[in-house]
Amino acid sequence: MPLKDIINKTYSAWMSTDAPHTDVALSSRVRLARNLGDIPFPNQASPADLAKVAGLVETAVSQVPELSRLEIIRLSEASALDRQVLAEKHLISPQHAQGAENRLAIIAGDESVSVMVNEEDHIRIQTLMSGFQLDEAYQLADKIDDLFESRLDYAFDERIGYITACPTNVGTGLRVSIMVHLPALVVTGQVKAVLSAVSKLGIAIRGLYGEGSEASGNMFQLSNQVTLGRSERELIENLGAVTMQVIEQERSTRKKLIMEMREQLEDRVQRSYGILCHARLMTSQEALRLLSDAKLGVDLQLISGVDGKTINELMVITQPAYLQRLAGQELDPGERDISRATLIRERIRIRREGKER
Amino acid sequence: MFCDECKKRPANVHITKMVNGVKSESHLCEECAGEKGELTLISESKFSFPSLLTGLLKSGSGIESHVPIHEHIVDGCRNCGIAFSTFANRGFLGCSQCYTQFEPRLEPLIRRIHGTCRHTGKVPKRMGGAAGVMREIENLRRDLGKLVSEERYEEAAVVRDKIKALEKRLSDRA
Repeated sequence: MPLKDIINKTYSAWMSTDAPHTDVALSSRVRLARNLGDIPFPNQASPADLAKVAGLVETAVSQVPELSRLEIIRLSEASALDRQVLAEKHLISPQHAQGAENRLAIIAGDESVSVMVNEEDHIRIQTLMSGFQLDEAYQLADKIDDLFESRLDYAFDERIGYITACPTNVGTGLRVSIMVHLPALVVTGQVKAVLSAVSKLGIAIRGLYGEGSEASGNMFQLSNQVTLGRSERELIENLGAVTMQVIEQERSTRKKLIMEMREQLEDRVQRSYGILCHARLMTSQEALRLLSDAKLGVDLQLISGVDGKTINELMVITQPAYLQRLAGQELDPGERDISRATLIRERIRIRREGKER
Repeated sequence: MFCDECKKRPANVHITKMVNGVKSESHLCEECAGEKGELTLISESKFSFPSLLTGLLKSGSGIESHVPIHEHIVDGCRNCGIAFSTFANRGFLGCSQCYTQFEPRLEPLIRRIHGTCRHTGKVPKRMGGAAGVMREIENLRRDLGKLVSEERYEEAAVVRDKIKALEKRLSDRA
């Protein structure tokens, strides 16, 4: 699927709510960091080195039938806006979106697989699935990894495993993460305690857009902290077990809220939904906040005018670059607030009228 | 209230410090706070892995002292040319050989990050079967030790037989 279509298609497979635990877990992600032996890492590589890596990877993709279905995007040839959209879709990192020469993004049409070439490491294989599907996401990443490995010489050390540019990723090169929506824990002030307990169990916590980003829309990303000394299976099981505890905690708090404060909760959800349906101006921060309330409303069956899929989709497409891409023109922040509010109203109206997407 | 430092501009940065149980308060304007480096404390909370690494390497947190002086330490990586100090500043190594070349200084750091220096996960198939089998034997030996210490001898016997079979496979190939 060409870049144009990947970008125009606002719905991605991970947005489905047809997966385990989607009431709290939004998406599961796996990343494997790999490097080619003997070529310096991207931060130290010459343009010729980078071109060599890109060439080797492109050849591998074209030679392996299962990989050749992936779309290769040369980021230096994509527009700045398109690169930004890829980052907003979580397909590439913000750093990768700067689109320097010889950087590639290799993407599956349903966006379940994206491979970054010449980011921090030569190759970063990422898989993304809806809900709580850490095992499934790993199996897919593992398979892609095997396919690449059949054509490429990975840097691997008997003792310390897969070699990475940063020693924090060495060993398995695996970062497995899950995005969770914790509105009840946030509103009851428990989230800090829960997350600080989690962080003692080898789990790192980040905001919606990865490293260094703030938690917005009550979204938190949990991921493994260490990558060495434990097998892939152990790392995934540990994150899964801890996440399940967090999910249970969030669910029981929601139950309590609905039992003890039903009116207040319903009022908040309905107000937010009302604003989403009728506002004429909306900033992206406000949109995330209101969409978080609406998602809670859907998950607790307090509102029915919108569904989880539409909310997931709106969280992505109301981001600044995506809005401009859909509008087909550059918009200043004021114009974006108008077009964001319009887009949200339209999507909810379409959903309510039961039209096909 | 005016700034404690310049006594001219209004104080809009209020800092309360607790140092060894002694509380001190200061009221500064933004300019003076910036000069004194107090603002960076507040606004630059970018606490990333590389900055943490750099901190660990620079703080003399015992890492350097682990390295015996007589050990051969090269100043730059012979393959990619990166200096160890560059790594310490950026948090990124230059190439896969840096790991071997900087090993004496890197190993304590890796141990500090991960709690170990030994990979127990996936092995590329290309590495040849031997590496994978050896890894499996090693994992099984660990299981065996655990089972024996828990006095689960029947299960231990099964694991022991598995190890024997794998070892035979290795020696047959050799």
